[in-house]
Amino acid sequence: MAGWTHHDGQAISLPLDNVDTDQLIPARFMSIPRAQGYGGHLLYDLRRDEAGDLRSDFPVNRWPNASILIAGRNFGCGSSREAAVYALVDAGFRAVIAPGFGDIFAGNAVNNGLLPAQVETDMVAALTAATPGTAQIDLENRRIVMGDVQAEFALGDAARTKLINGWDDIDLTRAEAERITAYRATRAQSAPWVWPG
Amino acid sequence: MITGLDAVEQTRRILPRPRIRLELGQSSGIDMTAPQTLLDKLWSAHEIRKRADGASLLWVDRHLVHEGSHHGFAKLAARGLPVAEPALTFAVVDHYAPVRDRDHIADPDIARMIRTLEQNADTHGLRIFGLKDPAQGIVHVIGPEQGLTLPGLLVTCGDSHTSTHGALGALAFGIGATEVAHVLATQTVWQVKPRAMRITVEGTLGPGVSAKDIALNWISRLGTDGARGHAVEYAGSTIRGLSVEGRLTLCNLSIEGGARFGMVAPDAVALEYLRGRPMAPEDAVWDRAVNTWGALHTNDGASFDREAQFDAADIAPTVTWGTSPEQALPIDAALPDPSRLPDYKAGAAKDALDYMGLSPGRPVEGVPVDQVFIGSCTNARIEDLRMAAAVLAGRRAQVPGQVSPGSALVRAQAEQEGLDRIFTNAGLDWVQSGCSLCVGMNGEMVGPGKRCASSTNRNFRGRQGPGARTHLMSPAMVAAAAVAGHLIDVRPMLEGRI
Repeated sequence: MAGWTHHDGQAISLPLDNVDTDQLIPARFMSIPRAQGYGGHLLYDLRRDEAGDLRSDFPVNRWPNASILIAGRNFGCGSSREAAVYALVDAGFRAVIAPGFGDIFAGNAVNNGLLPAQVETDMVAALTAATPGTAQIDLENRRIVMGDVQAEFALGDAARTKLINGWDDIDLTRAEAERITAYRATRAQSAPWVWPG
Repeated sequence: MITGLDAVEQTRRILPRPRIRLELGQSSGIDMTAPQTLLDKLWSAHEIRKRADGASLLWVDRHLVHEGSHHGFAKLAARGLPVAEPALTFAVVDHYAPVRDRDHIADPDIARMIRTLEQNADTHGLRIFGLKDPAQGIVHVIGPEQGLTLPGLLVTCGDSHTSTHGALGALAFGIGATEVAHVLATQTVWQVKPRAMRITVEGTLGPGVSAKDIALNWISRLGTDGARGHAVEYAGSTIRGLSVEGRLTLCNLSIEGGARFGMVAPDAVALEYLRGRPMAPEDAVWDRAVNTWGALHTNDGASFDREAQFDAADIAPTVTWGTSPEQALPIDAALPDPSRLPDYKAGAAKDALDYMGLSPGRPVEGVPVDQVFIGSCTNARIEDLRMAAAVLAGRRAQVPGQVSPGSALVRAQAEQEGLDRIFTNAGLDWVQSGCSLCVGMNGEMVGPGKRCASSTNRNFRGRQGPGARTHLMSPAMVAAAAVAGHLIDVRPMLEGRI
């Protein structure tokens, strides 16, 4: 996963609250291997009409080159399916801006280089009003600029460091092998029931 | 009659307490005598190290995997790594499990998903609860049932309802595929410690009111992001009075209120439940474990970042009417009228009513249903089936439906008690165990525009199938809806029966 510090891209708005992970990718597409790409399944049912045709007025259909999505509160609530993040990333998104995110979704996003930028509700409204348009994201300073609108976003230090460095956790953790081995030995002594019969 | 507006008013009364812990945070790692929350104790017991950026490396005692974990195994294979702790990793076939005719899986994708898990379990030497296993079932049902879930353990699984296991005093949370691969490879996971929240419920629940109603009630009042960023500890006399099954239901639904973690301090009820379970410790080890578990409770004087209190007497049988678990009301309420809601709720309410095919302001009771489903990791344990059977005994369902027990062992026990015959005599199908119609992955779906009374956990658009309309409620309320053919208060139907 490549790290990044700045991103300029087209921002579009999906002004809905509680866009859950079942909306982001319905369960019936989750048996597909990642190599086949998940982008075509993003918001699969929401972006189609009752006849199954793409709705021309739906933001993701109308601006297929967008890379920044501005959404309502509690984006990505629901299941732990990382496929929801794969669908966004494979469709070309680098950041989602919202007043809040489902906790598991936010973690999954960071693990795939997708920024979950938490912005105060009134500033989300201001950014939404400026869509569609180009936005500049400065990860180091936690700032988004869209025309005249400047917004700060909240992002924990751990998430920010990981996005900037593009860290792979497994590589990082293997450097902790000695500490893990020592912990395991202590755990086996203090709580032998952890290892069943 | 209680309206949606009243629920908004209730929310205003539940104010977060000041965040005192922020000041205490720096010293609490050094001053071991400071009062600690259950979360503090569980977290520190698993913390291998803490980075300067706030991320903790945590040891994982139980890693549960299922068919959906295929991405995690693929990442492991791409690196050529083994599973670090096969003895602490357990595989379960549930999400894609057929609940009928398991010898002939027609859909090749479903067969492939199950086969892939079996192959991964075989490659890495994992205990697998496969389709033919007498203890097969839904991962969050069989963990506690087998005694795999124990107080003080850290439990991860690539499923958001892993919060269920916290009901026994475990630190349990759902993880994504990258984290699944990480746990497989290292038996550890990086996490930033959540803030601590306590939900206290005091008093006695009315007859026919259950843990499901407690959960839907708090989520409707605080919102689906009401506990976001927090680990929820449930406390109070009502919680202490719940069976382990009820606590599992309550902790299961924590994620629907935004909390990745739910937990209840282990007590005599929890120990009684666990003693003698197949994978629980025995004899002297059990005694030693029980002694250790005695410390797993929040100390007097420990402070929470947020607190909310509820009175059990205020909780009625509750059903969802919309497409988010927060869109829930007591059965005797009327649906909201978006024109009377505050702006921030009106749009979502209108969209939800449109999707659900419901008119604003109509009573919740009387909404006709097309079918019913009793099952899922939320409400398919033996107690749930007994309550549903108490409603259905000697009665006929007006609509089709199915009952999928949480595990093969729950199924066997229900059959021993004759519950299966109550369900089939009522006209419902008695099927095998799996996630089934809760998640719509095994090929079963609710048809477009069809309305299902469901004992499950998510009423999201399309959750049970494209265009499907889901109403969440307790198993007893589902049974009542089956008998009436519409949403109805179960309480009069239970008189003289419980």
